[in-house]
Order: sequence, then C-alpha cells, then structure tokens
Amino acid sequence: MTSLFGHNPHTDAIGYSFSQPTNAPYKEHSFYPYTDNGGSVLGITGKDFAVLAGDTRSTSGYNINSRYVPKVFKIGGDEETGEGAHIILSVVGFAADGQALKERLDAVVKMYKYQHGKPMSVRACAQRLSTILYQKRFFPYYVQAILAGLDEEGTGALYGYDPVGSYEREQCRAAGAASSLIMPFLDNQVNLKNQYIPGSGEGHALEARKPEPMSREAVEGLVRDAFTSAVERHIEVGDGLQLLVITANGIEEIYHPLKKD
Amino acid sequence: MDQLVRQYSRSAHQNEFYSEQEQHDLTEALPPLSLKFSLPPVANRSAFLRAMTDDHSNPNCPIKLAHGTTTLAFRFQGGIIVCTDSRATAGNWIASQTVKKVIPVSRLSRGEDKPGTDPVPGLLGTMAGGAADCQYWLRYLSQQCTLHEIRHKRRITVAAASKILANLTYAYKGYGLSMGTMLAGVTPQEGPALYYIDSDGTRLPGNLFCVGSGQTFAYGVLDANYRYDLSEEEALELGRRSILAAMHRDAYSGGFINLYHVKEEGWVHHGFDDMNPIFWKTKLEKGEFSNVTSTL
Repeated sequence: MTSLFGHNPHTDAIGYSFSQPTNAPYKEHSFYPYTDNGGSVLGITGKDFAVLAGDTRSTSGYNINSRYVPKVFKIGGDEETGEGAHIILSVVGFAADGQALKERLDAVVKMYKYQHGKPMSVRACAQRLSTILYQKRFFPYYVQAILAGLDEEGTGALYGYDPVGSYEREQCRAAGAASSLIMPFLDNQVNLKNQYIPGSGEGHALEARKPEPMSREAVEGLVRDAFTSAVERHIEVGDGLQLLVITANGIEEIYHPLKKD
Repeated sequence: MDQLVRQYSRSAHQNEFYSEQEQHDLTEALPPLSLKFSLPPVANRSAFLRAMTDDHSNPNCPIKLAHGTTTLAFRFQGGIIVCTDSRATAGNWIASQTVKKVIPVSRLSRGEDKPGTDPVPGLLGTMAGGAADCQYWLRYLSQQCTLHEIRHKRRITVAAASKILANLTYAYKGYGLSMGTMLAGVTPQEGPALYYIDSDGTRLPGNLFCVGSGQTFAYGVLDANYRYDLSEEEALELGRRSILAAMHRDAYSGGFINLYHVKEEGWVHHGFDDMNPIFWKTKLEKGEFSNVTSTL
C-alpha cells in the first residue's frame, strides 16, 4: 500500500523481477500494483486427456518466499478436495491476481452448474475466462493463464491466454518465467516442428514429420524433462513439480520433487 | 418421451439458489460483456496502462500483450479477398504462430471454421493490433449483428456493422485500445463492401486495404499487380503473394497464410498454409525472391 502514497517500491532493497535501474527515465511510476512471483507452467493435450503442470516455487525478486505454492487449480469442484471438478486452470505472473482470477472463474463455473443443472463445457468456460480477463482491460490482471479439460468429444482441450483475454485452442503451451526455454522444446517434441523424415527427399523435397497425438506416458515424460531442464537454467523455477492430469475418470494430481537450489 | 420431458422440465436446482441478478451482483463487480470496465485507481489511467503494457515506449513493461500483424483485403470483380499472416508477438517473443486473424462476424458461422467448399453466410473481420481488443470487440460486434438480424429480420449491412464498431472505438478513444480491423461482406443492399475501422475511430470504405506492421510490404506487391477484373484464381494468388512478401520482410509477421474469399453466397476458406514451403515454391518455380540464395 505504501506505493499509493508516492513511495517508490523500487528503491527498496528487495530486487523485484522487473526492478528498474535508478537512472531509468521511467522510474517515477509511483503506483505499481504488481509483483512477478516467477515460476512456469505448461500444458499438453492428448487423445483422451490433458495435462497441466507447474513448478511450486514462489519468488519475489531474488527471494524465494515459498517452496510450495501451487499454480495449477481445479475449477468447479469442492473447495477443499477439488472433488467434482472437470476443468483445470493454471496461472503464472502475479500470484494474487492469479488467485483472484481462479476464485472468480470457480464461482462462475459453480453458478453455471447450479443454474443450468449441467456442468459448464470447456469451450464455454474458455470463452468466459476470456471475458473475465477483458473486464480488466484497462487495469489488467498480471497473469498468463492456461485452461484445460475435455471437450464434447472427450478429447483433450487446451486454451492459452494473454493477460487481457486473447485466447486460442492449442496442442501445447508454456507460460511464465521459463516459457522461452520450454516452448521451443515443446514445438519440436509435440508439434514436431523442423523435423523431417530422413531420406524422404533432397533439400526442399524433404517431407515434414506429421504430429500425432501422444500417449500419456510420453507426455508426462516430456513435462518432467521440460521442467528439470528449466530448473537448471532459470532461477525462478524449482522446488517441486505439480502435475494435474484430466481424463474421463477425473483429475489425478501428481507431485514430483525438483531441485531446491 | 423422456427427451421431451427433459427438454421442457426445469433444472432441479433452478429455484434453490440465487436469481440471475443476485448471481451477477455476487460474482461480478461489473456485469459480463458490458461496456463497463475495471479501472486503475489513479488520476492518469492511460499513462498507467501505457507504462504497464506498451512495449513500444517502454521495452521493459511488465505486461506484454500480443501484437503485430499483416492483414489485407481487396475488392475485385468476383467479390472480396481477405488474407492474413498468423503471428502474434509480445515484445520480441513470438507468442503464437497459429493465430486465426480472420474472425467470422455472424451468428450463423461462429461454430466451425474448417476449410470447406460450401460458402458460409455472414461478414468477415480481420484483426491487427491488440489481439484481445480485436477478439473481444469483434465478438461484441457479432452479438450486435445477431440482435440486428433478430430485430429487423434481415442481415446487417457492412456499412451498419462497421459503424457500430467505429462508434465503439470512438467512444473508447484515449483509453489505449489498439486495433486496426477490416470488415468485408456481400449484402443485397450494397454488393461487395469493404470497410477499414481502427482504434482512433477512423472508418473508411474502400477497394483495397493493408493493415499492420507489414502493411507497406503488402501494399508494394498488391498495388503493383492489382486490377479490378482479376480472375478468382489470380486474386487468391495475389492475396497470398502479398502476405508472403510482408512475412519475408517484416519480422513481426510470419507463420501461416490464412486466405478467405467473400462471395455473394458467403465466405469460403481457402486454407491456412505454412509459409515456408510456399516461399520456396515461389522462389524455385517462379524465380522470385532471387535475393535469397542457399549459399553465401
């Protein structure tokens, strides 16, 4: 709150993720309501499942505030156990905005069920999340969200968002601090970008490999590889890997320890 | 019978909970899809927003929004060609290479958007600038168009639809919206009609527009080869070639070439194709892009 009274948060000793050098020409912003809590999330879909995973570290600048703050949430289920949920949401960026967003979407999904007597489809939920984000177009939530579930045909559905609600259905998406490390890996391994069938031709006649839906084991393997590698090269990622797998049988939660340094 | 009963009976929970109004009051500080938005508690709101989100004036801004585009649309004797790239950037980061920048603005055609041969009735909008701004407001526009259709029992004209959008962007002038869109459609009243609308409130009818960071490159190719009496085949190829030129020279454009043709019966999708094979085909088979060589 101090920032509201003209106090500059950047002069504090705490190094915020986007703390600015004192000679920067734009240091005079006095209202700075965001903190980057670091961390990364990623989602991959398969034929009959979707996976959302995130590390559990919470940082503020160079400080590690906690080693277990989940970034992946069950939406529309029981408050404590998450039972009955059929949609999962992950949010990275400013954890407080993420929490607020999660709670708002959770309320919307529950109200929908009470009112219409049926669970909200992922497609409808995805559109609703977009409008929720856009409601704060002029005072944005500092978050990158990924929503996952199963669509009407039972295939995995994944939607990636920007902070003000532009969204797109995708096969895979990484967001957060280490997204620039993870996303190229996913492009190559999930969408088989720049992979060609050896000996299928010469030069430009080379035939590109076509991406196929992956098995759950293969996807979980990729997720772990992506995170263990990100931990090696990004300071804001580490401590633990929380994995939510959504199938027709419900949501399974897996925890996998990561390096704690 | 069971189905009928289910259809006409009310949900078991319908009367147990809050009314719709009460739910809104509980979950929303503001109602959804309304024109009221949450605003930051500061005097100069647009300066705050610019400091947080405008990576052009401040490359270190914390909230990076998806941007950057080349889109084009032109009228010719066979209707309107609409063509876009598919790249979205957030600063220097390529946020997505698979953005659908052509948005159907019609109740009838909102569902599927698969390549097909059957024309789908309705208007097409293109998106350039802020991805969320375009997606949200074109969706708002399609809601208004549907309401118009229900009230007046006929489809909205492109002129009227574009005016709804232009009035809207004009009302939000200075708030920091960023959008440059084109609306294309064929109606009985107007014939083929094309409008350009942007976030300043500009609304222009015209025959040919290119919008976005790669617009100049697209104009270069399009102006040189454009004729009103282009055949359908030639027009589609010209649209594709103009976008290809922009993808080649503009770093903020790239990905896939998304091509549409708007005819009297409705719009037809002509593919969402990777630019790389098309580029090499254009180079090797037509001898264009001779500045590019495989050896140094």
